[in-house]
Amino acid sequence: MVQIEGLGPLVATHPFFADMDGSALETIVGCCANEVFRTGSYLYRQGEAADKFYLIRDGLVTLEAYVPGRPPIAIETVEAGEIIGWSWLVKPYKWSNDARASGTVRAVSVDGACLRRKMEADRVLGYEIYKRFLPVMARRLAQNRERIVELATEPAGFD
Amino acid sequence: MDGYPKGNAVGAPVDPMIPRPFRITKVKSEVPGVFSWHLVPVDGGGFAYRPGQFNMLYLFGVGEVAISISGDCRDGEKIVHTIRIAGSVTKAMSSLSVGDVIGVRGPFGRPWPVEPIYGSDLVFVTGTIGLAPLRPLIYEVLHQRDKFGRVIICYGSRGTDDILYEDELHLWRGRFDTNVHVTVHSAPSGYRGRIGSVAAAVRAAHIEGGDTQAFVCRSEVMTKPAVDALHERGVSSERIWVTLERNMKCGIGLCGHCQFGPTFMCRDGPVYRFDEIEHLFEIREL
Repeated sequence: MVQIEGLGPLVATHPFFADMDGSALETIVGCCANEVFRTGSYLYRQGEAADKFYLIRDGLVTLEAYVPGRPPIAIETVEAGEIIGWSWLVKPYKWSNDARASGTVRAVSVDGACLRRKMEADRVLGYEIYKRFLPVMARRLAQNRERIVELATEPAGFD
Repeated sequence: MDGYPKGNAVGAPVDPMIPRPFRITKVKSEVPGVFSWHLVPVDGGGFAYRPGQFNMLYLFGVGEVAISISGDCRDGEKIVHTIRIAGSVTKAMSSLSVGDVIGVRGPFGRPWPVEPIYGSDLVFVTGTIGLAPLRPLIYEVLHQRDKFGRVIICYGSRGTDDILYEDELHLWRGRFDTNVHVTVHSAPSGYRGRIGSVAAAVRAAHIEGGDTQAFVCRSEVMTKPAVDALHERGVSSERIWVTLERNMKCGIGLCGHCQFGPTFMCRDGPVYRFDEIEHLFEIREL
């Protein structure tokens, strides 16, 4: 007999929600869905409503910058164990770039509007979510600053 | 650390100020603006060096530049240098052909440790042309592969068309006993690899801090972020080795052009154990 497990274990074992309080996790799981993206398909596109974020379980997601009149430029990858998407937290809730599956990607999506409502109603939960998002945002900001310095100071090989 | 050579203890030339003529036997274009030379001594003698050492290459009548040795130190036939066109001397060097003769002084500097790190896991952290000074150590580790634990190479380039020694990175990645993580700053849409900083690749690699020795070759400003990423993975400063480069001129610690605090990079480096110089990184005036 095939046993179907709920999303709870998938969410609870993702590093982003490590050590999260059980009742808070139950609240969050109510906003979650299991998703699979085939190679090249979009998780989201620049300018569209940012109504989700994703816990990447398996595979590699590429963030791309849309460039008018030219092919998009791949600027960053996010891999298993990481999360992608915080535009759902910040008005006007629009994606600022594209995210595509670079190979098959398995992810748990979290409905942003659903979670925002729950965070408004339960400020302790809201604070907990912000405490987890802020270090991710800070780390990525720091990494991008590093990349700017790296690009400005390390030789391109072209002179 | 016992057994770790100090200063120019290895392969020091008889008179370090006299260039020895070497003939170019091969010129290879690596990536745009970067080429490699194969050199053999005109006098027919040998040339002993250790991984991590450098030579002063002299283009007669033009000038002299410090370039790391990037070949296999067990290769008794030739020495290999990979050179980036960065100024007037290297630009003039890029126009030389097979059969031309240059002057070589060296080898100089403190090499990477090899024997003292037997038994450890190893992680190499580098980007762009920084792979050149690390390649002799990677060769040496692969020659003695059974003497080391896990081997992880984290390499970053700007794009997909300037990955140095790309064929060898593929070969190393294909080995069952070596993990290679390549990352680029940006790529065309559809690229399947990792995109981001070298430090992000280090953070993503499965490094177990305990008995890991790390080898870093980045620009001076990017050395610290690489070290920070290694610290996050549990690798302490006493187990991190960095190679640094400043304006090496004499090669023997006399002229002072490459001074870094109380050290001269040409003599006391270019390879340092990071805890020896960690405090110097905080002093902007240096």
